[in-house]
Amino acid sequence: MEENSMAEVFNDIKKPENLVYSKSKVLTDNVMHYCPGCSHGVVHRILAEVIEELGVQDKTIGVAPVGCSVLMYNYIDIDWQEAAHGRAPAVGTAINRLWPEKIVFTYQGDGDLAAIGTAETIHACNRGENMIMLFINNGIYGMTGGQMAPTTLKGMKSSTCPFGREPAQDGNPLKITELLAQLPGTSLVTRQAVHTPAAVRKTKKALLKAFENQKQKKGTSVIEVVSTCNSGWKMTPVESNKWMAENMFPFYPLGDFKDE
Amino acid sequence: MAKMIGLIEVDIETCKGCSLCVEACPTSVIELAEEVNGKGYNYAYMENPDACIGCANCSMVCPDSCITVYRKKVEMV
Amino acid sequence: MSELRLMKGNEAIAEAAIRCGADGYFGYPITPQSEVMETLMTLRPWETTGMVVLQAESEVASINMLYGGAGSGKRVMTSSSSPGISLMQEGLSYMAGAELPCLVANVVRGGPGLGTIQPSQSDYFQSVKGGGHGDYKLIVLAPASVQEMADFVELGFDLAFKYRNPAMILSDGMIGQMMEKVELSPQKERWTNEEIEKMHPWATTGKRPDRERNIITSVELDSEAHETFNNKLQAKYREIEENEVRYELTDVEDADYLIVAYGSSARISAAAIEILREKGIKAGLLRPITLYPFPSKKIKELSGGLKGVLSVEMSSGQMVEDVRLAVEGKVKVEHFGRYGGVVHSPEEVANALEQKLNGGK
Repeated sequence: MEENSMAEVFNDIKKPENLVYSKSKVLTDNVMHYCPGCSHGVVHRILAEVIEELGVQDKTIGVAPVGCSVLMYNYIDIDWQEAAHGRAPAVGTAINRLWPEKIVFTYQGDGDLAAIGTAETIHACNRGENMIMLFINNGIYGMTGGQMAPTTLKGMKSSTCPFGREPAQDGNPLKITELLAQLPGTSLVTRQAVHTPAAVRKTKKALLKAFENQKQKKGTSVIEVVSTCNSGWKMTPVESNKWMAENMFPFYPLGDFKDE
Repeated sequence: MAKMIGLIEVDIETCKGCSLCVEACPTSVIELAEEVNGKGYNYAYMENPDACIGCANCSMVCPDSCITVYRKKVEMV
Repeated sequence: MSELRLMKGNEAIAEAAIRCGADGYFGYPITPQSEVMETLMTLRPWETTGMVVLQAESEVASINMLYGGAGSGKRVMTSSSSPGISLMQEGLSYMAGAELPCLVANVVRGGPGLGTIQPSQSDYFQSVKGGGHGDYKLIVLAPASVQEMADFVELGFDLAFKYRNPAMILSDGMIGQMMEKVELSPQKERWTNEEIEKMHPWATTGKRPDRERNIITSVELDSEAHETFNNKLQAKYREIEENEVRYELTDVEDADYLIVAYGSSARISAAAIEILREKGIKAGLLRPITLYPFPSKKIKELSGGLKGVLSVEMSSGQMVEDVRLAVEGKVKVEHFGRYGGVVHSPEEVANALEQKLNGGK
């Protein structure tokens, strides 16, 4: 195609009526600080999209964790509280109890939700706090530089299990989502991923369901997103997705554990 | 016969060159540029624009929300 | 209508919380303060005022529930005793760092460790010096009666919101457990959500289209900016020190000796002063009502005409350090106190003053 005619075609397509996808208005203009290819960005994006599509920007309160996503309040244009490490479910509990008409979600990594904050996680779910708990599981501590997480796989290397996780020394990887599905307070418990367009669409669907559950006061919705940490894993983003599918999914199988 | 023609616009300065969109594109439209942006990243661009069907798979996996997608149905003569 | 009742200090806290229009209580049982939540759960204020009461899974969770509640502009409180308060230090540091108002009642028991369930005043340092990590202060009120246990709930909330800073009622097992006559305030309305949004525009109540998003956080990765923020906190503490010092004086006009004592020890010391005065020793009492801000200026002012100062506290000597700093070496300052759960008697206090300051006669 000639240069001129190509420009003409582009101008013909690039019209508002032909718009298929553009950045959510609930996302701010701040460039995310995450490493290239980080799953956090995708989850943030679909979270913002869900908030925009449901028209709940003015009533959604997010609780950010400690970890790579500690500054996520810079990216999604809603009211935020940044909780101490592991305490997001306790912080969210109070907001939910004191402002029952609002929508509350927590966003935590594996160290935050499944190590230091295990008690808060389990008890918020067991009380059935009417909130959404998003759990990013990439099997490593990203922010502090790649240490072992509660969800690090057997044999998987990290800076604090440099020769691979050995259960005798390091304990076993924790399937906390399966555990949370046992609790009567949870209504939706699902494990998803965002490594392919189809996976992203499914995770977004789960999020929409979780927001709907909160509206219907169904209790706690838990969405785990098995994620990559290409810097921590020392791979390219594309390799990380492949490695995740081959190694993480067999131990952390995707799908719904509970949908009541 | 009708055909979908698509167009993506990449926010070059926001793109981190992670290449997840390159991988997700079903019609091999996207490549990373030889040049770098202000942050030093080889940003994504349409190497084969003719092949774009506007499916938005690239924007779906983009962690930095830097891809805008357009699509138009055209009648082929 | 106000109401006259005979009740325990711990029960008075619960009653006062409901009556002053508190929005939420989040706590975890621990002796000797469990009556606070027991009373609230019996009174079921969620059916009357709409106050939320929740038994949390730990003190760690309780204080972080306060973070969430305070961050959304609500008047929230907890109560605990020493070991539980130690667990809350992380959360208190975060709340001070995020400038969140809340009320924490500490009904102190003897430590360290699991210690004893008997009264003590050995949490002074932890309460007035910050307690957790970083440069911060709590506003600390020290009640010496069941009446003050009740009154300081509303005062604590008022000060906490005035300065956007956590406030603490530093009590002890004696005040918490003993029964006294107390006049309870009439029921006040809780703030409406509209009032909260108006009064606390910083609170996370949902981002309205007409304002920027509100962010409650204590993280600032730019050191220069963080120093600026710390300077702002320090300026706030200087303002508190300037405006909020509270104390009570007894028999200081002609006194040769001054006892400085708070809470239970102040009551015991008041009796000791009578014993001393019967013996012809002119002793007076300064009872700090606020432990932070500490009445340093007043102590310094009084110290000029004194022969000695005795800090009486149920600890091995914590507040005495602040008394010494206050007098700036002008007069001898000694400490007396039983500790580890033992409560000193007025006679012991009177003897200690004679032994340590009046030549041991």
